[in-house]
Amino acid sequence: MATTTKKKIVQWDPAHVKAELLAKYPSKVARKRSKQIMINEALGNETPEIMANVRTTPGIITMRGCTYAGCKGVIMGPTRDIVNLVHGPIGCSFYAWLTRRNQTNAGTDGENYMNYCFSTDMQDSDIIFGGEKKLEKAIQEAYDLFHPRSIAVFATCPVGLIGDDIHTVTKRMKEKFGDCNVYAFSCEGYKGVSQSAGHHIANNQVFRHIVGENDEEKPGKYKINLLGEYNIGGDGFEIDRIFKKCGITNIATFSGNSTYDQFASAHKADLNAVMCHRSINYVADMLEVKYGIPWIKVNFIGADATAKSLRKIAQYFGDQEFIDRVEEVIAEEMPKVLAARTDVRTRTEGKTAMMFVGGSRAHHYKELFNEMGMRVISAGYEFGHRDDYEGRQVIPDLKVDADSRNIEELEVEADATRFNPRKSAEEIKALENAGYKFKHYDGLVPDMENGTLIIDDLNQYEAEKLVELMKPDIFCAGIKEKYSIQKLGVPMKQLHSYDSGGPYAGFEGAINFYHEIDRLVNSKVWSYMKAPWQDNPQLSATYGWE
Amino acid sequence: MLLRHTPKEITERSALMINPAKTCQPIGAMYAALGIHGCLPHSHGSQGCCAYHRSTLTRHYKEPVSAATSSFTEGSSVFGGQANMLQAIENIFAVYNPVIIAAHTTCLSETIGDDLKQIRKKAIAEGKIPEGKYMISASTPSYIGSHVTGFSTMVKSMAGLAETTGKKNGKVNIIPGWVEPSDMEEIKRLTTMIGVKTIMFPDTSGVLNGPLSGEYKMFPDGGTTVAELISTGDSIGTLALGEWCSAAAAHELDTKNKVPCQVLDMPFGLKATDRFIDALRIIAGVTVPDELSLERGQLVDMISDMHQYLYHKKVALVGDPDQLIAMTEFLVSMDMCPIHIVTGTPGKEFERRIKEITKDMPFAVNVRAKGDMFLLHQWIKNEPVDLLIGNTYCKYIARDEDIPLVRWGFPILDRQGHQYFPTVGYKGALRLLEKILGALQDRKDRDDPESKFELVL
Repeated sequence: MATTTKKKIVQWDPAHVKAELLAKYPSKVARKRSKQIMINEALGNETPEIMANVRTTPGIITMRGCTYAGCKGVIMGPTRDIVNLVHGPIGCSFYAWLTRRNQTNAGTDGENYMNYCFSTDMQDSDIIFGGEKKLEKAIQEAYDLFHPRSIAVFATCPVGLIGDDIHTVTKRMKEKFGDCNVYAFSCEGYKGVSQSAGHHIANNQVFRHIVGENDEEKPGKYKINLLGEYNIGGDGFEIDRIFKKCGITNIATFSGNSTYDQFASAHKADLNAVMCHRSINYVADMLEVKYGIPWIKVNFIGADATAKSLRKIAQYFGDQEFIDRVEEVIAEEMPKVLAARTDVRTRTEGKTAMMFVGGSRAHHYKELFNEMGMRVISAGYEFGHRDDYEGRQVIPDLKVDADSRNIEELEVEADATRFNPRKSAEEIKALENAGYKFKHYDGLVPDMENGTLIIDDLNQYEAEKLVELMKPDIFCAGIKEKYSIQKLGVPMKQLHSYDSGGPYAGFEGAINFYHEIDRLVNSKVWSYMKAPWQDNPQLSATYGWE
Repeated sequence: MLLRHTPKEITERSALMINPAKTCQPIGAMYAALGIHGCLPHSHGSQGCCAYHRSTLTRHYKEPVSAATSSFTEGSSVFGGQANMLQAIENIFAVYNPVIIAAHTTCLSETIGDDLKQIRKKAIAEGKIPEGKYMISASTPSYIGSHVTGFSTMVKSMAGLAETTGKKNGKVNIIPGWVEPSDMEEIKRLTTMIGVKTIMFPDTSGVLNGPLSGEYKMFPDGGTTVAELISTGDSIGTLALGEWCSAAAAHELDTKNKVPCQVLDMPFGLKATDRFIDALRIIAGVTVPDELSLERGQLVDMISDMHQYLYHKKVALVGDPDQLIAMTEFLVSMDMCPIHIVTGTPGKEFERRIKEITKDMPFAVNVRAKGDMFLLHQWIKNEPVDLLIGNTYCKYIARDEDIPLVRWGFPILDRQGHQYFPTVGYKGALRLLEKILGALQDRKDRDDPESKFELVL
């Protein structure tokens, strides 16, 4: 059954590849891109600097989306019992309607508005005379129809330009209703340089308007929040399955399969576990400052990484019974994973991959490729910042440019009544002395091999060139990139919303991913590119049957 | 229940749109532009617009969709996007080297008042558009009309390239409207069969239904060439298919280049195809070949053979005006009863046409332009139907209400075939009929009790 892995020898020199990527650009573009294309030379924290979180050059076919997409699409999209009302012309709401594969389970009679698309459908008269009245009416109509516990309003580009005061409108409606929390996000698409700004705007408002709204005690011994997990393809379901098995109570996931009440109770957790560093690390910081909840970086992508993250959570609580339970769960889950891994490795070992996604995924998924014996020869983020590449130690040195300056940073201080340090300074110290790392993230770069290419905000032209020059066995990016790569005869896996399938998180997810990548890189279809007559165009002198 | 919060009771909404039956203008402009050979569509606005349109078109076609953006920042939104657009033009020709850039605006650039025509003039004056290269533009504010309007406006801009040399080229311009690449291919097959020389624009066949061959062509072989677009000014006439999608371009050629035009319905179904073929025959002064009469006869044959399964079946429809008008007529022509019909695109004329087509039907008709799928769902709850025809989003209604669904329209994100198998013309109508019958008969086979289960249908 097992086929032998074909060893493909592709010779490439990173300096040559970089030069080729830049060759066609006008000099100004080439200078800028040169700083965003890094040949990985160093490991550890002595990494060279990469330019990231800067504007995309107009006319360059970028993979990036906008601030609205990051806010409404990514962060608020997976929350099921909030009516997400988009204030703007119809398109923005339409395109973000069910297209990210966030799964949810509302039970048989729970609230679930995720299958709905709400919009004020602004018309030219609203642009000319202002859209506040229409927004107010739309909020009222949504309230009358559904009586949701919360309505969130999202600004699209024209809203900011015509000066609709969405925050005043929502505040007024909240007061009017009394039993429905209404708030707004100024997430106009032109803000910032990518989706990343939208994540920030979304999270700030969730923190400002929802977190801490519910002071009820939550049952559970080991209470955590999972930050930056969006339940794409059911990832969050798998992580929750493992948590449950270990005895971990997940108070709130930000924001996969989440509810309003989860956000509102987030301050009741005793630890914040951060998955996607890019989209949410600042929320972890704010939860620590305001409520005294420490945070750690975790990664549930990759079976080994999952085990490591579970151990990290157990070590934090320090309860031997819990530590033992986690070990039991790992011991129970791993044999299946290892069996699948051993099987696929006979077909995937030595193959190469490229990943250009997200602000964390290009790093997280490296774990899975490692487990399969595959090498990541080039990677980068679509909307990451320097700390996602180089590690958090660069944060104090980050330049705040004109595009970042207008993204609000919340000033948070300790809550007068609810600040409660979960660990004393001594306990923190003791854990740190034992090698435990709080608020720590080394970024992608130290995990990449020497001589690989790390590229920020990769674009269509460079993607095509990279594939042509470095001939990876698989390429991972988003839906827009998928088919141009596959036309070249290279399989492409979408790592934003996965196209189909999942979960890929946790133990079950790892097995799914092994099988998925095995399927892709070993599919027969890639051998059908040429018809027999194209492989052998010369007519032979005689007819075949003579 | 997927749409568990949708109440049966209908309340009037004046501000809140729920589950739209339309999207915004720019995506239509982008789709149209892909039907020009060697064209790079360009979105003058925030990055997100371009990303969303490309993603949606990609999910619908499972094909690469290249398009560039002006990547507006807060600064450009305040000071205007001219600098971004000029920089984009320079970079696009340097890096991607298309024959033509087809730029469209967005709600952002429209709100701040950017004028692409003026920017184009400046680009030409500054030598940013190389010799032999072109740029066209369309004003497509998202807060007016719908994706159909944007399509129509970009097609009209294509007609703007037309030149009149005074020497007729003996060709008929065909403006197919927003149909699938497979439909465009089929229209070409039909015109070739009849023997009419045509210039069809836009033409996405060979662009959005390309092969997998190990080679990526950013600008695939298909599409109407710029030379052909220029030559439309010398054509003997224009046939515009679909009032909403195609009339504006046809009228432009009529007034600007004195190319006479005729606006027909899109050739979906028997009668609309009859009118299309008849119009072609008259324009070209030829006899319709027997092969085509045969195709027509086969369609009529299938309708008569299966009439018992179609007769008085109630249907709910959602989609775009031109398509729905033709589809409603097709269903009525087979004695089916489309009773709930919604488009998100505005236009009173739509409601008038639908009412006229359905006036002799034995059931009352609910029709709404500028409606949404939430309303359609409520209508269905109040007056159930046997069949639902519309885009992929209909599957949430279909599952909740347990109604068979035929996917037809835009976008189709969960089934294949629309790229390759046409629904225009007689052959296309035959395929539509096959799909409709398949859906109805699968349901019958599922629901019939064992005692009534039948081998032969």
